[in-house]
Amino acid sequence: MELDPLLLSRIQFAFVVSFHALFPVFTIGLAAYIATLEGLFYRTDNPVYARLSRFWTRVFAVIFGMGVVSGIVMAFQFGTNWSAFSYASANFLGPVLSYEVVTAFFLEATFLGVLLFGRDKVPKGVHLFAACMVALGTFISSFWILSANSWMQTPAGIEIRDGLIYVTSWSEAIFNPSLWPRFFHMALASFLTAGFVVAGVSAWYLLRGRAPDINRKALGMTVVLLAFIAPAQLVVGDLHGLNTFEHQPEKVAAMEGAWETKQGAPLILFAIPSAANERNYLEIAIPNAASLILTHDLQGEVPGLKEWAPEDRPPVGWVFWSFRVMVAIGLLMIAVAAVALVQRLRGRLYESPRLLKVFTWMIPLPFVAVLAGWFVTDIGRQPWVIHGIMRTSEAVTPSLTGWMALFSLIGFIAVYAVIFAAGLYYLVRLIQAGPEALEHTPETSEGRPKRPLSAVDTSFDDGATPEGVRR
Amino acid sequence: MELIDLTLIWIAIIGLGVFMYVLMDGFDLGVGILFPFAPDEEARDTMMNTVAPVWDGNETWLILGGAGLLAAFPLVYAVFLPALYIGVFLLLAGLIFRGVAFEFRFKANRSKYLWNWSFFGGSLVASFAQGAVVGAYIQGFEVDGFTYVGGPLDWLTPFTVMTGLALVCGYTLLGATWLILKTEGALQDWAYSVARWMLGAVMLFFAVISIWTPLAEARVMERWLGNIEWLWIFPLVTLAAAAWLWQAIEKRREGIPFIATLTLFITFYAGLLISMWPLAVPPEHTFWDAASAPESQLFLLLGVLFITPVILGYTAWTYWVFRGKVRAGEGYH
Repeated sequence: MELDPLLLSRIQFAFVVSFHALFPVFTIGLAAYIATLEGLFYRTDNPVYARLSRFWTRVFAVIFGMGVVSGIVMAFQFGTNWSAFSYASANFLGPVLSYEVVTAFFLEATFLGVLLFGRDKVPKGVHLFAACMVALGTFISSFWILSANSWMQTPAGIEIRDGLIYVTSWSEAIFNPSLWPRFFHMALASFLTAGFVVAGVSAWYLLRGRAPDINRKALGMTVVLLAFIAPAQLVVGDLHGLNTFEHQPEKVAAMEGAWETKQGAPLILFAIPSAANERNYLEIAIPNAASLILTHDLQGEVPGLKEWAPEDRPPVGWVFWSFRVMVAIGLLMIAVAAVALVQRLRGRLYESPRLLKVFTWMIPLPFVAVLAGWFVTDIGRQPWVIHGIMRTSEAVTPSLTGWMALFSLIGFIAVYAVIFAAGLYYLVRLIQAGPEALEHTPETSEGRPKRPLSAVDTSFDDGATPEGVRR
Repeated sequence: MELIDLTLIWIAIIGLGVFMYVLMDGFDLGVGILFPFAPDEEARDTMMNTVAPVWDGNETWLILGGAGLLAAFPLVYAVFLPALYIGVFLLLAGLIFRGVAFEFRFKANRSKYLWNWSFFGGSLVASFAQGAVVGAYIQGFEVDGFTYVGGPLDWLTPFTVMTGLALVCGYTLLGATWLILKTEGALQDWAYSVARWMLGAVMLFFAVISIWTPLAEARVMERWLGNIEWLWIFPLVTLAAAAWLWQAIEKRREGIPFIATLTLFITFYAGLLISMWPLAVPPEHTFWDAASAPESQLFLLLGVLFITPVILGYTAWTYWVFRGKVRAGEGYH
């Protein structure tokens, strides 16, 4: 059997990067939430905020650890599997990724140590400062990585000499045309993810009547935030789509499932696109709506995929369906957040079991939406690794054999399966033990501080319920 | 641009970054390798607590090494990683299991022993793989122009196995002297005895590598037997540092063993660079062949010059916050 190193490398990259993306998208939003809680505690001295911060910081630590270890893989993956791409684009990507390390990773990693272990070793204000630095680090990090990704989508500020890329303008390359829409779309996605997780977990506790004081506070705060952010994401997502329409129209054609160039193009709600036959089956569409959204004109022209040669088109099915999954989850989020805000204003948020249950079911959805969104943008970039400049097929490491790629792919799947299963298991246990578990552990013993993260007397894996915890 | 040789500056920066990583993650990994041999479970808790607040920052130096190489010496990045494909996978898998063990072990009870093994195995594999990378660098790579054309296991030779084991011993020595610094009582006594044995093992490897490398690589032989007599000061300093370390262990000093081990590592490192200079991708390409465009080197240099002092500042500050001895039952309860 002939193994294709290119296909296996693509599967490996997609797997590794998707797995990794789950963690930062949550920690970026959660870091901001923890910093907010620490700030509120600093100003009001209300212990509710400190208790919430303490609990969520422990969740944060587990997720962050998994994000760090899966992120290290990313730093080497470009070289092991995509050395031709790395070598050609190093003059731009090298400095950008290095800036991410020096401006963000050290900040996050170093101050995380203080945030987790330093509560009793540093003054309150310094602890708040550490929380803010961790949050700032996550944002700086996403700025650089989105700059790198956006540049691959909409390359700018460079010239090519002898097959290598040289930067002619750093500001044009870094602040390339799709950076800002993508950055704000991703930032809001992080807030939505952290918001729905915090809301879902708080609702889960409230349904069981556990620590109602702090969980009401958490849910109440989050619901207000979500009611603003979820609709804002619709607006930003639309701007992002218009930006893509301008710079990568073939991606939008794939998102829309449009084969023919049309004036007054319909918005396809459901279809089964067939790349082989260049048409859709079982199409359900709203007339003229795609033209209205993309050109703000009912008769505006929307190019179809047939404008491009078959070898220059992205894989339509993946892009088309991922886009619909993302949008559907986004609309559901808006609906849930709106209902919750109304219920909160009516003072019935905490006594509505049905709504609380909906919140707990919502927990996995933002992660699905984020992955679907990345599938749209990065599968939609194919067959290019750098849009219009380098094809993915030219990017792969020349010496890589199919068997090596298969070995590492199976290896990463096995390693990540173990890590993810264990991580999820401990997270579930951590959440089952709940914020109460933290409160009957004394802060200090023999006058020396403890490791707050691990200051749990609970044995997480023998099924024992911590004392005083109601199930 | 002609006035300043940016490539030379970048050799110094990457050299410093790699060295920072070796020192800082080296003692974490060493503590991991010592884990199953610790006197008891309580000692293991304490050992882990000595590195828990700082391992994450330490590992960031490795990511900087990867990203910095891509930025300043893309050829090194684009040849080493494909050539060491299988080794890099083992290194990453090792670091993953080592890294999550910090978080998971403290939350486990019945499954704690699994994370003990994960911490040990991950540290051991990652250390060995790093040592093998050093060996592979000395050996050189089969390239055609600027592309690696050798096989997937070319890097795995008796020589690289030996350098892998040598670094395992080196990291263990660093870990043991770190524990001398950070612990007390029975655990510290144990660390003293480990350090004594490990110093012996490290010096043995030093002797073997010093003889083997010039015999295997003619260019290394020429370098050391050439007309630069002052080079021999480095092996002499190595021996002096080893003697200093031995004496410090005998006298039960607490801080000096760690500092003496650092000195040992610095001289090993200098010896390696002298042997290889100026080759970045042996046997053909120098650092200047491997360098990225000057404007890229300059752009990153400006940022690094401003930011590195800040990073070193707050890194030092966290070590200050977590200074002093770590006692049993202190972190995890």
